[in-house]
Amino acid sequence: MSIASQRRWQLSLLLGPASLFLLVFFLIPLGIMVVTSFLAPGLYGGVEWSFYPHNFGRILGFADPAFEEFDPVYIAIFLRSLKIAALTVVATLLVCYPAAFHISRLPDRWKNFCLFLITLPFFSSLIVRLFVWVMILRPTGLVNETLLSAGVIARPLEMIYTDGAIILGMVYVFIPFMFMPVYASIEKLDWRLVQASLDLGAGPVRSFLRIILPLTAPGILAGSVIVFIPALGNFVVPAILGGAKVMMLGNLIEAQFLSARNWPFGSALAMMVMAVMLVLLVAYVIVSGRRNLAASAA
Amino acid sequence: MRDAIVRLTSAAKAFSTPEGRQVRALDGIDLEIGRNEFITLLGPSGCGKTTLLQAISGFVELDSGRIEIDGEVMTDRPPYRRPVNTVFQNYALFPHMNVGDNTAYALEVAGVPRAERIERVRAVLRLVGLEGMEGRLPRQLSGGQQQRVALARAIVARPKVLLLDEPLSALDKNLREAMQLELKTLQHELGITFIFVTHDQQEALTMSDRVAVLADGRIQQLDTPRTIYDQPVSTFVASFIGASNLLDGRCDGGNFIGSDGTAFRHRECDSKGPATALIRPEQFFLAARAASDPAIEVTLEQIVFVGSSFELFGRTGSGRRLVAQVPAGERHAVGALEAGGAARWYYDPESVHVIRDRKAA
Ligand SMILES: Nc1ncnc2c1ncn2[C@@H]1O[C@H](COP(=O)(O)OP(=O)(O)OP(=O)(O)O)[C@@H](O)[C@H]1O
Ligand SMILES: [Mg+2]
Repeated sequence: MSIASQRRWQLSLLLGPASLFLLVFFLIPLGIMVVTSFLAPGLYGGVEWSFYPHNFGRILGFADPAFEEFDPVYIAIFLRSLKIAALTVVATLLVCYPAAFHISRLPDRWKNFCLFLITLPFFSSLIVRLFVWVMILRPTGLVNETLLSAGVIARPLEMIYTDGAIILGMVYVFIPFMFMPVYASIEKLDWRLVQASLDLGAGPVRSFLRIILPLTAPGILAGSVIVFIPALGNFVVPAILGGAKVMMLGNLIEAQFLSARNWPFGSALAMMVMAVMLVLLVAYVIVSGRRNLAASAA
Repeated sequence: MRDAIVRLTSAAKAFSTPEGRQVRALDGIDLEIGRNEFITLLGPSGCGKTTLLQAISGFVELDSGRIEIDGEVMTDRPPYRRPVNTVFQNYALFPHMNVGDNTAYALEVAGVPRAERIERVRAVLRLVGLEGMEGRLPRQLSGGQQQRVALARAIVARPKVLLLDEPLSALDKNLREAMQLELKTLQHELGITFIFVTHDQQEALTMSDRVAVLADGRIQQLDTPRTIYDQPVSTFVASFIGASNLLDGRCDGGNFIGSDGTAFRHRECDSKGPATALIRPEQFFLAARAASDPAIEVTLEQIVFVGSSFELFGRTGSGRRLVAQVPAGERHAVGALEAGGAARWYYDPESVHVIRDRKAA
């Protein structure tokens, strides 16, 4: 057996289980979804087997004239979701970057303890943790009661069921996802380079912008993608902290499948979200690929 | 020194170790370094060389004492406002910038216009022999080339003082020796003061105008390479620089009297007291050059040919090990010797240095 064919064998053995899993649990459902998104919704749920482009039309501006006029509400929800996901990325980054810096410079013992604390939330249910935020934020919750009894405010602040509450919840949920890649890149930053920069006359701000930031950019980029993509489709946080008022893509899709029972429209929405993510991922691969190429070209 | 460019006064720095001990990395250093001087800090590992450099560059804050550079007090100035640049031991080149941008960094920071920057970078790269390499990334360079970029980057903005922390230690022997000469030439051309750290005594002797030998955070001796080699002030300096044969004994009535019976008149034995005689290996001869030359009887243990010379290892009657170095040109004299045999090693008392050990006194 030639080395090449032997390697091909090894490769298929190693990748076989994963490929099978992806085929059964990812590609086939994906195919079903693609097909469904081009079918007409049945009157009482289910689908009608005829080609029907108006699921996408409802979102993008050519709604089925037989049923309705075009309503830009879906585009608005899209934009709002993009905005909230982007704000979540920015906010988690602002929290994680300085914290990762600080933790990376602690003695080993404290470092490991802090990393443990950051993974601690994974040990309890997400739903439970989000309901704790409800307790804290609602009109009769911890914050409002405290402020009221202290006489700082006369009426309860409207905190829960707002965009702010959603972003707060998202940041809370996604901090560990941002922290890990950012921390990994800061941890392996060579401080002697920063020393060299200071030595050559660059002050702290310039040393940060010219040396520290570019060298930790891969972690920032990876963390942003890892947070942005699930944040865009997240429906748990808006469902619990956004109430009925604030609709995001995640709940919209969930509602199409579970309450409106309009599977084709739900599939079309999901496909649109996937398209956005795909564009982002391709951009990420190109950007980080170019960086790696620049860094390792020989 | 009237025209000192760097002046350290009673500089002291202690680190506390995790075990709760205090390590005196700098223990009252007084040092004046002249304009245009090539000075080397030499000493065993952990003696405080890097700490001393970093005190000058500003990365280590002194516990007490002061530092002046070109007449200005630097003690509380941050590193980025000191007219000093460093060539780091690991080079510390910015991996995300090419050679041109690495080299231009100090100029860019100083706000030098782009056109002038490009011109100066080109000139300094030519100086270090990297013409036309502006577009390469650090990892596309060999170790020696990276070393030159680090050098170019540190001198491009013409600092008043250049600090070099073991810059050659990662290079192989041939390249290291070539770079030693190049550095020396470069320093001459640039007219910048070089403070060079090494623990390679050969390197220190080859390159420096003056050598400061450090131990335990203190300067043991500061002098020209020749004086340090020929007239070390202590047995520590004598044994740290070059191979040495040290004979302990005492001075009495103008004579040095070794504990193993050696005795000769010596001008440095002007007072009574314990003393150590230093005879460098190359000061031994296999044949007497003058009738009055004293000799030491040894049993030869080993004869080693190292190319340009022979190294003879012998043992005296009292069991002391001695080493002699004989130029390869005198191989006929060596040819008659064999390991295990007896030999007489002659020396000229005039060339012997007697150390009046202060500690022992
Ligand atoms: N940041 C620090 N914390 C604690 N101790 C330190 C620190 N830096 C240096 N030391 C100690 O101070 C002493 C001098 O260190 P320094 O790095 O100056 O030595 P060196 O002469 O440069 O040695 P080498 O030749 O090995 O580089 C050493 O005993 C070292 O352990
Ligand atoms: Mg050192």
